[in-house]
Formats: sequence, structure tokens, C-alpha cells
Amino acid sequence: MGFLDSLFGRTKPVQPKLDDLFGLPSAAVQIEAAMGFKPTGSGSVSFRAPEGKPFADIQKEVLELLAMDDDKPGGGLPVEVTKDTYGYTWLVSNHMSDEIDALVTDLHAVNSALVDGGFGPQLLCTLVAFTDDSHRRLSLVYLYKRGTFYPFAPLSGNNRDNALELQAKGILGDDLRMEQDLTRWFPVWGAPGL
Amino acid sequence: MATQTRYAPDRGLTVRMTATMFLLGLVFVVFVGLIIGIMSAAHASGAAIVLVALIFGGGSAFVSLFFSDKIALAAAGAREVSPKEAPELHGIVDRLCALADMDKPRVAIAPAMMPNAFATGRNSKNSVLCVTEGLLYHSGLTQEELEGVLAHELSHVAHKDVQVMTYASLLAIVAGLLVRFAFYSELFGGGRRSSNDGNAALLIPLILVASAVVYAISFLLIRLLSRYRELAADRSGALLTQNPSALISALQKVSGGMNRIPTQDLRAAEPLNAFYFAPAMKLSGQGGGGLSAIFSTHPSLDKRIEQLAKIQRELGQPGADPRGIR
Repeated sequence: MGFLDSLFGRTKPVQPKLDDLFGLPSAAVQIEAAMGFKPTGSGSVSFRAPEGKPFADIQKEVLELLAMDDDKPGGGLPVEVTKDTYGYTWLVSNHMSDEIDALVTDLHAVNSALVDGGFGPQLLCTLVAFTDDSHRRLSLVYLYKRGTFYPFAPLSGNNRDNALELQAKGILGDDLRMEQDLTRWFPVWGAPGL
Repeated sequence: MATQTRYAPDRGLTVRMTATMFLLGLVFVVFVGLIIGIMSAAHASGAAIVLVALIFGGGSAFVSLFFSDKIALAAAGAREVSPKEAPELHGIVDRLCALADMDKPRVAIAPAMMPNAFATGRNSKNSVLCVTEGLLYHSGLTQEELEGVLAHELSHVAHKDVQVMTYASLLAIVAGLLVRFAFYSELFGGGRRSSNDGNAALLIPLILVASAVVYAISFLLIRLLSRYRELAADRSGALLTQNPSALISALQKVSGGMNRIPTQDLRAAEPLNAFYFAPAMKLSGQGGGGLSAIFSTHPSLDKRIEQLAKIQRELGQPGADPRGIR
């Protein structure tokens, strides 16, 4: 926020940055090579659904758009819509674990549709899940407003595997723009698609 | 690509706020001119009084600005809570901050039964968001309504309201001090002045009257500015959550709760009023027109709800051309 905006108490909505999402497939290769984590094939987009009909219309359009390629190979399963306990809507897209390109395309389609409808400021984060042979969970969370990624590795009982997260940050530092400010790595416990 | 937005800026509010700040600045300039005039009359006692008031006033404003978070927390008896202690509350704040791309403030809980919340701190790195136990557990707010309240408080942080209001109050603080100093020097120092020239005899009463007038005007302007900033925070909060309805119902629940609260809590909370979600003290009358309205730190419930209802309508408009409603 600029000086004048503070002075007048105006809030400029923050527009999302979308393009960095396409760095995900190469990051997935890195994670698998260096850490042994594979994509689970599921990813999700989280946003704050505004009240009112215009948004409901757009959400319906997005779902129809994503459902169109379900029959084709690589189209993935139908998108699930869930609402979390904080009132945010999550669109979960499920693919095979080797279809990360298709997954990212799906996620990006959701983003573009929302941004084109003027709802870009409502996007919260996107999450892509990974897992390794010992079933440890790791996810990469993309913060739209900052255009950065951070790792989130949930353990049982609302604990985070910080060591694993920092390892991921070190490994991915060259491929993705990682969030440097650790206070912004907010946890998404029980996020759909995790 | 042109950025598309559904946010309609409220020009009227910006204009009114600008006018208020301009008037405050004008009063400030006139006051400074007057003081310089008095100083150039080269009367030692007059100049000393002005200087002392400036130092004390500036000092107290500086202290309250830099320690606003600690002072407010101590006054409310609040305790900072970690994400482990209050996961839900932190979860809501986390998400709102990610949505608004702002630094996360520290989170505190105050033991008061009165349902309320406030945010202070001179900048976003040093701010703290405090909610009362009454708001969390006893107000009957749903999660969405609580989120609306927190979004309102985060808007205060984003708008740097503590800084703005401190700078705005500086003039009133100095003028208020001058009134007091001039009054006492008139009371106790009257005899010593008689040996000086006749001009000087009028000097102290002149400072007294000028300061009193400046104090009264700037006090009213500051309250006006405070009300506008509340409206701005309501607006930004509703736009952040995109859920003005929840904020309206939260306002109604919290304001309704205000009337049932024992007076002990109200008195304890009085100094913090300016940064509360809803004012803890009700002046006579139910926030209607007249005197209570121009002295109040918060706009009337009706005004706040009216503004939010407007945002409600904007969100309900057809989405064919989002830019059409800018």
C-alpha cells in the first residue's frame, strides 16, 4: 500500500501473479530426484468465494470447463468442490501421479477463469501434494499475492516437519521463487487435496 | 493485461477524509503562525510555555506511537497467544493476511467479557491484533462474523491508523497542554509580570484563549477523522472477506452486546476506545444525531450498516463487465 492509500484508508485489492505456477513440473522433477518425493497427482486451488450470484456463475463455468476433458486420456477425475472450516472454497483436481503437466494446466485454468471474471483478488493459494515411499507428506503451496512458493509438510497433531520443509526450500531454491520470509509460510492443516 | 477489479473505490469517503485532514492542517498552520507571532513578541515566559508544551506534547505522542502495542495490551490486560494456543484464531488471521498480502500481526487475547477487538502498533511489523474472550466465546459470533471483525481490524493496521491518528492528535495534545500551562501561569505567576511592558500582560491570556479554541476545533476534527477511518476499515474489511453480510451481522451482535455489559469493563476499556471495533462507551442517545454523534469515535451503527449494504449490492451485480462498476 502506498502512502496515499494509507492516508485515505483505501485498500487496493492485490492482484494475483499466476505465471510462476508453470515452474511446478520442473520442480516436481527436482523433488523426486533429490528427495524421493513423487506427486500424488492431486492439487487444489483455494479461494474466498464472495457472496452474490456473479461469483456463483463463474464458479459453475469453471467446473464445466474442467469437466469437459474428463473422458480423454490425461483428463483426470472430475474436480471436487469442498469448503473448509475457515469458509474458503477448494477446487481439488485429481490426476495420475505422472500427469503433473495436466494438473498444472487444470489449476491454471481455474486461476485464469477467476481472474478474467474480476475475482483475482479472491485467490488465496494453490497446493500440489507430494508423498514418498514412507508416506511422508509434503506439499508446495503457491501464494498468489506474492508469486512465491513455500513447502508445507504436515505431521500428525498440527505439527510441521520443519526440517523437511527447509530441505525442500534449499533444493527448490533455483527452480522456483521460494518465499524467503518464513513468517509467511502459513499452515494449511487439513487442506483438501493434501 | 489490464487488471480487472470489482472493487468500487468510494470517492465520497476519500473526499470527506481529505477535507477533514486539510482542515486539521489549516488549524495547525494558523496555530503555528499564532505561536510564532507570540514568540516574536519576545516575551520570555510566553515562549517558555510554548516550548515546554511542544516538548511534552511531542514527547507523549512519540511515546504513545512507539509503545502503542505494549500500552494497549497492558491496559487491556491482554496476553499474546501462540498458534498452538489459539489455532483457529491464528488460522483466520493467517488466511486473511495471505489474501491481503500483508505482514501478520501478533495475536493476543484479552480476558474482558465485553465482545470487542482492537489492533494497534505503529506499523505492520510491530502491530498486534487483540480480541476479547467475550468476542471469541460469549458473543455468539459465527466463524464468518468473527472473520469480518478481524478483517476490519487488519484494515486498521493496513491503513496505519495508529500513525495517522497520532499525528492528527499531536496538535490537540499541544494545544491542550498550552491551555493548562497558560491557565496555571495565570493563576500563580500573575504578580511577577507587572514589572514588564503592558503588551506582555495580555500575552498569557491570549495563548490561553487561542489554545482553547484550537483544542476544541481540532478535537472535533479528530473525532470526525476517526469516524471516517472506521468507515474505511469497515469497507476494506468487507472487500477483503467479500462478505459484507457477515460484518453487518457481527456489528449488530456486538453492538447489541454492548448494552448488556457491566460498567466495570466499560470503564477499564475507555482509553482504548479509538481503536476498538465498536465503541465501548455509549454517549447519551443511541448513536443518533446531535451532540453524541459529533463527539463519538465511531460512526453510528446505521451509518456503518448502510455503507456495507452498498457493498452488498455491488457484489450482487451481474458480472458481465466487472470493470463497469469501478
